[in-house]
Amino acid sequence: MNSMQLNLTVNGEAKHWAIAPGDLLLDVLRREAYFGVKRGCESGECGACTVLVNGKPINSCLMFAAQAEGCEILTIEGVEQNGKLDPLQEAFLEHGAVQCGFCTPGMILSAKALLAEHPDPTEAEVRKALAGNFCRCTGYLKPVEAVLAAASAYRARAVGPRKEKASQKSKRKSQKAKVATR
Amino acid sequence: MSSTHSIVGKNLRKVDGFKLVTGRPAFTDDIHLPGMLYGKILPSPHAHAIIKRIDTSKAKALPGVQAVLTYKDVPRVPHTTAGQSWPEPSPYDTYLLDSKMRFVGDRVAAVAAETRAIAEEALRLIEVEYKVLPAILHIEDSMAEGAAVIHDEPDSKGIHDAQRNLAGYILKEIGNVEDGFRDSDLVIEREFRTGRQQHCPIEPHITISWLDSDDRLVIRTSTQVPYHTRRQVAMILQLPVQRVHVVKPRIGGGFGGKQEMLLEDITGALALATRRPVKIEYTREEEFYMARGRHPQILNIKMGVKRDGTLMANKMTVYATTGAYGSHANTVQGNTGSKVLPIYRTNNMRFECFVTYTNTPVAGAFRGYGCPQGYFAQESVMDEIAYTLGMDPVELRRKNMIRLGDIDELSAQLGEGRKGLPRHINSCGLPECLERGMAAIDWKRKREEYSNAKPGGHLRRGVGVACSMQGSGIAGIDWGAASMKLNEDGSFNLHFGAADLGTGADTVLAQIAAETLGVTLDKMIVCSGDTDFTPFDVGAYASSTTIISGGAVKKAAEKVRHTLLRIASKMLDVPVDNLVCQDNKVVTKCPCEKSVTMEDLAHYAMYKEKVQVMENASHWNPDSPAPFCSQFAEVEVDTETGRIRVIHLVTAVDLGVAINPMQAEGQSEGASAQGLGYGLMEEVVLDSAGRPVNPSFLDYKMLGSKDMPKLTTILVQTDEPLGPYGAKSISEIPINAPAPAVANAVYHAIGVRFRKIPIRPEDVLRALREKGKN
Repeated sequence: MNSMQLNLTVNGEAKHWAIAPGDLLLDVLRREAYFGVKRGCESGECGACTVLVNGKPINSCLMFAAQAEGCEILTIEGVEQNGKLDPLQEAFLEHGAVQCGFCTPGMILSAKALLAEHPDPTEAEVRKALAGNFCRCTGYLKPVEAVLAAASAYRARAVGPRKEKASQKSKRKSQKAKVATR
Repeated sequence: MSSTHSIVGKNLRKVDGFKLVTGRPAFTDDIHLPGMLYGKILPSPHAHAIIKRIDTSKAKALPGVQAVLTYKDVPRVPHTTAGQSWPEPSPYDTYLLDSKMRFVGDRVAAVAAETRAIAEEALRLIEVEYKVLPAILHIEDSMAEGAAVIHDEPDSKGIHDAQRNLAGYILKEIGNVEDGFRDSDLVIEREFRTGRQQHCPIEPHITISWLDSDDRLVIRTSTQVPYHTRRQVAMILQLPVQRVHVVKPRIGGGFGGKQEMLLEDITGALALATRRPVKIEYTREEEFYMARGRHPQILNIKMGVKRDGTLMANKMTVYATTGAYGSHANTVQGNTGSKVLPIYRTNNMRFECFVTYTNTPVAGAFRGYGCPQGYFAQESVMDEIAYTLGMDPVELRRKNMIRLGDIDELSAQLGEGRKGLPRHINSCGLPECLERGMAAIDWKRKREEYSNAKPGGHLRRGVGVACSMQGSGIAGIDWGAASMKLNEDGSFNLHFGAADLGTGADTVLAQIAAETLGVTLDKMIVCSGDTDFTPFDVGAYASSTTIISGGAVKKAAEKVRHTLLRIASKMLDVPVDNLVCQDNKVVTKCPCEKSVTMEDLAHYAMYKEKVQVMENASHWNPDSPAPFCSQFAEVEVDTETGRIRVIHLVTAVDLGVAINPMQAEGQSEGASAQGLGYGLMEEVVLDSAGRPVNPSFLDYKMLGSKDMPKLTTILVQTDEPLGPYGAKSISEIPINAPAPAVANAVYHAIGVRFRKIPIRPEDVLRALREKGKN
């Protein structure tokens, strides 16, 4: 049944997979044991299957695997680097943003794409970025807080310890955003 | 209280959090089994029909099809799918497969095939000839003279009155409400309607089943009730219980929808038929009508008060539908009375309920379990009484609310489908919930400001309040067990039957164990919800896990502690009563400062004493301590579009002691979101043939991250004598009152009472137009 070869990069590793033309990216990724890509609705509504394709969040249930030819895919399995959690993952744990955890991979990836483009997002921007990820457990408050906290952590990491003072201003801004949600 | 504890009361990270944020394979579907088949269920296209002829030969002939099952191929065992303690109080009116179809989505046949595509094709090849029967879709029609009988089969058991389509009937009275109404200065009687909400866990129901090398049926499944499922599947498939092994991995949300033996029986039957692993997963569409939902109700409520607001009588009459099968029929509806009316004191209460069958999707357990319906009605009428008497709605509630030391006798009459136990209020933070909730929403100022706002402009604001209570486990029925074992590095295996479905139970129970043993949380290795490897637990429902399973964990940990101290006493040569467990050690209380680490103690026990330190304990409670909650909503109504925008929702909740406050807040926030959806948008709509019109997230709207209002959660901590470390419960109660709080705020804003939920923009516009005419 598999009649095509798909060449792509997943979490930094080159992959060459035999697929059928109609295979969905979601199914192929799960078949290849990227189980962090979740099946929630298969119609692009819940966002549980979100992966980053060339840095953009995509519902992998709406994309043919064949369309990913030559693309760079990031799944939740590739977010942790050298055994170290990403600041987003740390923040989701620290802020109680994970309940059942089924929507968590998709949320973290949507947030990662946001922070790559907007390192200092407002609360409204975070809420907009997560709008495609349904969560039935949390009511979204703690995930939003986690993303704002992770943004601070990213910025602190980017500027390094010596320049941290310079980022104080933006930190205050996200602190304010956090207060507004409570 | 919590201040003296080192683990309890702390915002610790989830013990299962790491695997969840890294996407490790942890859920039911996250395994590949060699030779696994895909199962599919053929849903009935008719709401009420009899299979006259069914021919599966073409489906069976399709290459790749390994089994096709119809009612002719399986044992006919009446049962309930409700995951409840034996003997279940729900009627035994359901069959693995049947020749009669009772709702659109009922099981016609099941197939197992090599691929999902082949399974879907096989369904299309099954030829069925139906005799279509008149369908009953509305509660009002179900009990009418000459109505079609939905359960006319002779072998179902426990149906209250099958000929009248009555799955259940409840009548309980305390005092005499008619006397109470006669003594009242104001009597208000109103009718309310509530919609068909769906749980919408992001992980749909899924089961994978196979025969292991000992020919035992393994069922890996997204369930809240592993042990009930094992018992029920064994009965339905006519296997000894010992041949069934139910495994609950991580669960992607349940909310009551997975307190149900739903796919396990049919998946198991296909695994037995094919002797291959079989997976059935509901699609999102199937989840909307082939899973379970919240019971729709018509509630008639009549309340009588004195001029000063004193409640004299409270009478609630409910017509509910359980859909085609009576899953949780009696118990959900019993709760609508027993956990709602008693929040306000009066000597005269009457609760009557008719639970009807209709040819509609099956209702079941759903977070709140009958309370959201009851509180929508009761809290709306309370509000109307306050306005009529010219009282502040908070004052009216304060005047009548249940108090510390009260005994709730209605609960005694309305137990789990049978006579229950009276409820003693031994902890009650409701006054503080009201006080702090008012402050958080700025109640007095906003009441006044919005009441005096000059009409004009199309945006109107209002604030509203509603209160609720719930239980913490089912008194005298719910029980759970835990076992603990010490390992040589000073870590502990903690095993319990309780089912964490994303609720944080594994973490909270591990915190209780760690606190009791004076060790850090990382020393706990949790294994839960596996019928081979963990002891019994009724499962995750009735807000029971923290108080009941937590009680078992605490007892087991205390027994382990006793053993540890005895061994340490020998090692350190000091009396047991001079020793305590703390900081991963056993230390002396006296200034001699002797100590032994848990690790050294474990080595000593294992290799010197040759003893496995291992204990177990079981726990149940004779009472169901009530958590309390007040919820305040601020809304803005657009009189041009009819849109209700919730600006702020304050939830102040008395949960006893919060074992993990951060997780408790999360429970409250999630329940609030579901409660707002229930009040404003969530409803599975059926067409005139009983088919779901909106079975997708596109058409069934839930609140997303951008739709949520500002949430304020206030944990009002009280010390509950029956709870482990003073804990009660949190997971259900905050879903009860967002809908009435919003409805009351809408009244404050535009002067219109809405008595049907969800309150949609078109309802608001229609009502405003009507109001304009008068």
